[in-house]
Amino acid sequence: MSNTAVMSAPADTGMVKKKSKNKPKMSALKKKKVAMNTFISIVRFILLFGLCFMIIQPILNKISVSFMTEGDLYDPVVINIPAHFTTENYQLAAKLMSYKTAIKNSFFTSLTIGLLQVAVCTLVGYGFARYEFPLKKLWFGCVLLMIIIPPQIMSTSLYLHFKFFDVMGIFKLIKGDTINLRGSILPYYLMSAGCMGLKNGLYIYLIRQFFRNIPKELEEAAYVDGAGTLKTFIIIMLPDAKPILTSCFLFSFVWQWTDGFYSRMFLGNLKLVSTALSSIADDLSTYIASQTGVQSTVSVAYSNCILSTGTLMIILPLIILYLFAQKGFVESLSSTGIKM
Amino acid sequence: MKKKLNGKVSGLEKRRAVTGYLFISPFIIGFLLFMVKPMFQSLYMSFCDVQVGAGSFEMIRNGIYNYKYAFRVDPDYSRLLVEGFTRMIVYSLAIMVFAFFVSLILNQEFHGRALVRAIFFLPVILSSGVILGLETDNSVIAQMHATVEDSMNNVSVTAVLESILRTAGVGTRAYETVFELIDNIYDIALASGIQIIVFLSGLQTIPKSMYEAASIEGCTAWESLWKVTFPMVSSIFLVNWVYTIVDFCMRSDNEVMTKITDTMVDQLNYGLSSAMAWCYFLLTIIFLAISSFLISRRVYYYE
Repeated sequence: MSNTAVMSAPADTGMVKKKSKNKPKMSALKKKKVAMNTFISIVRFILLFGLCFMIIQPILNKISVSFMTEGDLYDPVVINIPAHFTTENYQLAAKLMSYKTAIKNSFFTSLTIGLLQVAVCTLVGYGFARYEFPLKKLWFGCVLLMIIIPPQIMSTSLYLHFKFFDVMGIFKLIKGDTINLRGSILPYYLMSAGCMGLKNGLYIYLIRQFFRNIPKELEEAAYVDGAGTLKTFIIIMLPDAKPILTSCFLFSFVWQWTDGFYSRMFLGNLKLVSTALSSIADDLSTYIASQTGVQSTVSVAYSNCILSTGTLMIILPLIILYLFAQKGFVESLSSTGIKM
Repeated sequence: MKKKLNGKVSGLEKRRAVTGYLFISPFIIGFLLFMVKPMFQSLYMSFCDVQVGAGSFEMIRNGIYNYKYAFRVDPDYSRLLVEGFTRMIVYSLAIMVFAFFVSLILNQEFHGRALVRAIFFLPVILSSGVILGLETDNSVIAQMHATVEDSMNNVSVTAVLESILRTAGVGTRAYETVFELIDNIYDIALASGIQIIVFLSGLQTIPKSMYEAASIEGCTAWESLWKVTFPMVSSIFLVNWVYTIVDFCMRSDNEVMTKITDTMVDQLNYGLSSAMAWCYFLLTIIFLAISSFLISRRVYYYE
């Protein structure tokens, strides 16, 4: 609707000039324009409403299912609003996922890993953006390569690498055996410190893009005023980069939260929400078997119901985060001006 | 330090080069340790029979046996590879078109634009990682719904259209693809969150004066879409194309990847899974290189 108001403004000024002669013709044209614009905005509204509904609908559906009893699931009359309102599903899902520890672990891991990754990527991105050094193009090509190479390709090797971890045979010399680092969180920290975490190439790319757009004069002025390299970086550059750093951190946090690949690979023993969720269906059948003492398969509908509940419980913190930090996610990404 | 400063300009440059290397050193170390080494190792492994014993693992060279096995003996791999590739191409194209279209709409001024943008970006956060994989498991429920709908004689518009076109019998294969895409528009919308934002950022850099000039020259909105908007965001197309392909390869519901992980974790066949991963990776890289080359020839750089 605001569209029509904006569009009609120039037409009005045009009318003032040629008021006496063209008045009937202009108004007809204007009417046509207004009608056209109204039509466009109605079509746009319907289209966007449909698409938005499509995106949100699964979440709404999950919410309604999560409050149903098992009986409601099979009842053909019950579609969206549960007949027997219950919170049992939540209790069961929390128990199966050991929700409290899982969420604590996940929060801690995502937070530390996110901070570490962003810190390292900032250093690297800054180096790529502001310094000239030999072989720079080659190394940046490596960053791009890193974005393209799926981590799965090295998974076999990394898997064995960390299962039989050793630094140049030192451990084998001392303890007579290699260390099994699989299942501990340490390898993942090591990898994050080396910018090899989840989608770190992307963060380096974005941060570099941002630092490149800061005028050189700012840096030179700092040097003239006697600030060293590190001081310039911390006092002048970092505060400017806050928006992009926040959004990189948010991405890193969220993707780490839901990541299955690295979690399963390195953090097997740690109870995380992502790993807990992916095994919830199996856990459910074992749980029911242990309760009733009879080995039976759980119905698809019921396990799906528990799965939906679990998913909801896991994405709830993310939704809250998104509600508060929505600008941080979207705005800085669209203002960096991504270019190839 | 003093010696370096002798030749003044080159000394300063040298120092800056050293600082630059210091800044990117974490990346270099990480890249060499956790990328180059494992990659070569896994490449070597793909030519070996890897046997894991207690406390160590042995690698026995066996030539291209693993590759032969993957393509000739393994019942699923070749089929999954072909399917995965066709899916990747079709879906990536669809995602590009969808993202471009939506970003064009979201770039207009209207009430509630911020809300709509927020909703379109929501899948990036909520449907990543494990959740995406679990989402597809719900297909069982969806099928149940479909059967219920069929039995209740509910008629949907698309189904009618589909049957009409099918009886017309023109280019059935092409129609099938289109129908599949329409049926899976939800997946496409979920996968195109980042792409929409990237397109939006590109659209916002186009100066308004260009459109004004175009409209004074007599361009309609449709023409200026093709003559102004399209060339101006063509470099963004390249970025998005690469991102989409890469994203598709890493999705957790990618069947080829699942197959590879299963071979590794369940069957403990490290050599075979490396071979499979390498084949998939090389094919993807070749495809990516060719397609980006073709796109980049059409990219228009405006300075």
